[in-house]
Amino acid sequence: MEILNLEGTEDTPKIILDKKNGIFEISGRSLPEDSTEFYRPVLEWIGNYGADANPATEFVFKLEYFNTASSKLILDVLSALEDIKGMKIMWYYHEDDEDMEEAGQEFSELVEIPFEFKTY
Amino acid sequence: MNFIYELHRTMMSEKLILVYQGDFTQETTKSILAMAERNLDSSGEESSTKRKVFNVMVESLQNIVKHSDELVDGETRSHAAIFLIGKQANRYSIMSGNPIRKTNVANLQKKLEHINDLDKDGLKELYKEIIKNTTISEKGGASLGFVDMARKSGERLEFSFPEMNEEYCFFCLKVNVPRGEE
Repeated sequence: MEILNLEGTEDTPKIILDKKNGIFEISGRSLPEDSTEFYRPVLEWIGNYGADANPATEFVFKLEYFNTASSKLILDVLSALEDIKGMKIMWYYHEDDEDMEEAGQEFSELVEIPFEFKTY
Repeated sequence: MNFIYELHRTMMSEKLILVYQGDFTQETTKSILAMAERNLDSSGEESSTKRKVFNVMVESLQNIVKHSDELVDGETRSHAAIFLIGKQANRYSIMSGNPIRKTNVANLQKKLEHINDLDKDGLKELYKEIIKNTTISEKGGASLGFVDMARKSGERLEFSFPEMNEEYCFFCLKVNVPRGEE
């Protein structure tokens, strides 16, 4: 399966989705002008991955900041991951960033996937 | 030329650290964010305050980009809006102003008043409700931005709609972020 690799910019996150090496990560800042457009390839990739997923997947969110338009798309990403067996979310937040911790908790209440919270 | 001095004095007395007026795009948003971030960094502001200010700025700027109504006055068409940041001893104020058609005022006012009626838990529930149930339309998502600003602020959103002409009002919004309490 092809690797999805997007370099992070000042308003878009770094994304690596690599089935073979078991790396699934969205990190950095997410405030794109058009969040729907930006996350479209991510959602497509996950759709394809779901058809032939690894037995276990740890999907990492390590976001420094995301805007409200991105929050809807992050929920879409989580909803797409929800249907995949062996899925686990690793939600990273900076140790003094209570808002990011709370955001992760809120997402975990909206989908049926185990979340593990970690600081960095 | 005295208006330059007057403007300077106003900025000083209102403790404004950043003022931008003009056309707002994603590019100007990024430039303004970068400028404000440097300012916050160099002043050694606490990181939780910094993050909240940044957060409110993004929502405020992107609201202008997406929702400001084009002002059509005879031959003149303008998207001009204004964005300001004030820094007081105990808080930052993120302020914006943009033209809005009078026909849109009542709806916006209702949304903002509803948000101001909610407490912390109420805002959290509304936030979850909106991200769960809304599909993003091309222009959607404004109220989610306001909910988020209210949550990050912890205070009521201040707003007013002074009249510009028969067709337009100027939507003024002020969001306070308290300094150094966490």
